[in-house]
Amino acid sequence: METTVNTTTEGRPDFISIRDFSFFYGKKQALFDISLDIPERQVTAFIGPSGCGKSTLLRNLNRMNDLIDGIRHSGDIVVNGRSIYDPHIEVISLRKRVGMVFQKSNPFPKSIYENVVYPLRVSGQNKKSVLDETVERSLQGAALWDEVKDRLHESGLSLSGGQMQRLCIARAIANRPEILLMDEPCSALDPIATVKVEELIRELKQEFTIVIVTHNMQQATRCSDRTAFFYLGKLVEFDETPKIFSNPAQKQTEDYITGRFG
Amino acid sequence: MRDSDTKDLELTRTLAAPGEPFVWLTAMGLALGLIMVVGLLGVIVANGLPVFWPSKIVEVHLKPGVKNPLPNSGDTLTGELVQTREKRIPVLSATGDKIEDQTEIQIFVGNKDVNGSGFAFLNNTDIASLSEPRGIYRLERMEYGIAFAYPKSLQLADGTSVPANSPAFTQTLARLDAESAARRSEIEKIEKHDIGAINSRITQLRAKGKGSPESLKEIAALDADYQLLAAKARELRAIQAAAALIYTTPNGIERRLPVGELVAFNLPNTLDFTQKLGLFFHNIWNFLSLDPREANTEGGIFPAIFGTFVMTLLMSLAVVPFGVVAAIYLREYARQGLAVRAVRIAVNNLAGVPSIVFGVFGLGFFVYFVGASIDSTFFGEYLPTPTFGTGGILWAAATLALMTVPVVIVATEEALAAVPRGMREGSLSCGASKWQTIQRIILPASLPGILTGLILAMARGAGEVAPLMLVGVVKLAPSLPIDGAFPFVHLERKFMHLGFHIYDLGFQSPDSEAAKPMVFATTLLLILLVVVLNLAAILIREKLRKRYATGAF
Repeated sequence: METTVNTTTEGRPDFISIRDFSFFYGKKQALFDISLDIPERQVTAFIGPSGCGKSTLLRNLNRMNDLIDGIRHSGDIVVNGRSIYDPHIEVISLRKRVGMVFQKSNPFPKSIYENVVYPLRVSGQNKKSVLDETVERSLQGAALWDEVKDRLHESGLSLSGGQMQRLCIARAIANRPEILLMDEPCSALDPIATVKVEELIRELKQEFTIVIVTHNMQQATRCSDRTAFFYLGKLVEFDETPKIFSNPAQKQTEDYITGRFG
Repeated sequence: MRDSDTKDLELTRTLAAPGEPFVWLTAMGLALGLIMVVGLLGVIVANGLPVFWPSKIVEVHLKPGVKNPLPNSGDTLTGELVQTREKRIPVLSATGDKIEDQTEIQIFVGNKDVNGSGFAFLNNTDIASLSEPRGIYRLERMEYGIAFAYPKSLQLADGTSVPANSPAFTQTLARLDAESAARRSEIEKIEKHDIGAINSRITQLRAKGKGSPESLKEIAALDADYQLLAAKARELRAIQAAAALIYTTPNGIERRLPVGELVAFNLPNTLDFTQKLGLFFHNIWNFLSLDPREANTEGGIFPAIFGTFVMTLLMSLAVVPFGVVAAIYLREYARQGLAVRAVRIAVNNLAGVPSIVFGVFGLGFFVYFVGASIDSTFFGEYLPTPTFGTGGILWAAATLALMTVPVVIVATEEALAAVPRGMREGSLSCGASKWQTIQRIILPASLPGILTGLILAMARGAGEVAPLMLVGVVKLAPSLPIDGAFPFVHLERKFMHLGFHIYDLGFQSPDSEAAKPMVFATTLLLILLVVVLNLAAILIREKLRKRYATGAF
């Protein structure tokens, strides 16, 4: 894992650079010429109505869409100076650098401990001291440590919905990735759990570059630094979050955030 | 007018009542199935279990002038009532031919050495009276089956004799019986185990030593051991024949039965309920634990139970890895297209191929090709006697595994497909490779489904007979596939199987009438064995389900 030494609090402004990116599911085009720079160690929110392509773009950042048959893309995505489509980069090593949290929490049917150390285990790390240290760090990072520290060997499925989602966050950050992708992480959670996860996102951005897809406008304003608005597969507007929500440049953006459609 | 309106309304409602007739129709389908299953099991249990219940011995007195079916028996006939049945016979009368029903009684008369046949049939109308003689013995013998007898005396080895009316008679008989049973198992141990080991070693030396001086020397030493053991066995046999029970059959013929030939004895007409119950369980235990005797119609069926069990286990060991690996490729790796669909259809059709075809294939491929190749490579010195190049439990298990593999593939594919997509994505997003995802997440989560496939495969495999007849099942196997002789597991051996045993008893036995109860008892046991194997698999599956439950979603 590379670490970029940055003396300023501001990281690299084009840490993830999406360049003229188009994406097709078979014959259907889902994304049209997207160009977008995501800055390092900030939270970037993707908003837009259902089917606008925001999740598709997010899932391309760790090439999760590779699982689907008949996909095609043009343009490029560059992370920290290297193209993720570079044939010399293995998709597995990319995914080790990019953690992901899904809309539906998906803990494995294993113990809490084994859930968190799974990324390490699949990388061949089996040293107990390292695993123990990782479990504590990751669970603390995901604000779950105090709730589960006495029952680490119980099933991950015995937790409540909000706890499960934080367990998935702990799992996603266990291997110290550089980027954390979150696909509507709070859509299945109650308001209290949502608040906890949002606080967590604000803390995690000290360490990670976070990209979050959300349907919840308030959530975008509460926890993101920059917001991208997508509509019908096109990037309509991308700017600092306060600017997007107070003074959008595009009429479509304004209509959407004021609830006139979508 | 209003009245008729209401009536019409009610009528329409009844007819169009929400699917009521269809509920009945579907329920009837289920009920029919249940009735047939319960009926089948009922028939098997009702016919199988009474075999073990000691029945009374009756003396039948015939009406004067009636011909006794048994020779030299006067007008009486002694035995156990087996069944009563109706027969229709044409009768000539003054008005012309007509048909009359008559009740016929089947009696098990035993004493096959005297009577020639074990059964006699009598018309109900020919019987004058029945009585239950108290002093009659039921003797189970090594040969000629059951004897009904009035004991006269016991001739001991030292020349003295104990008359039947002396108080010590029963005790002495019981003691002699126990001693002879011990000697019998000792003889069996010597002949089967010790001499068997020497024989196999000599065969090995003859084949491998190729007449070298060392091997000849060892053969000579082994031969000396053999002579010693054989002499000991002869001596024991002589003791077995020394003491004897003298008895008369119900028709007055005196016989001498060496105690070595006596397996068990009792007085059925004097037993009370608890004694009968004890005897019932004792009989069941003997049936489960003993080797068969007399063309399988007497004794137990332990080798068949063991053979079926081991074969089913071997089949499971072969079918699960094979089926699961194939299903993983089909579901996880293969590009879902026309070719995969064709393969899937072919696999499903394979499940419908008649099992005898698999038997023929197993004989041609496993036995004649694979087995013969193994023989010529590893066991060349024993040829032309085949080792693996003939039917055996390994090839039987492999053939059945081939036959049941479609079931496992289909079940595993369904289980793999049922693993939530989120689980796969979660694993992949952690940087796991596809194989790691399959191995660590998908396979554990689909284990219960895979076990369901195994349960179905076992249920089908354990009851299959036709293909086995071609690839290794025999009427009477001299030794079990797993025993105390090195290397303990003998996969090349032929074996006995409950399903084949049923066929053999019922349709190939010299005395199928005598074997009939055994057929039912064996059927009952085969069903029980399948149930036990399935229950074990179900228990494991439930345990795994709890462990790998895929969550609240």
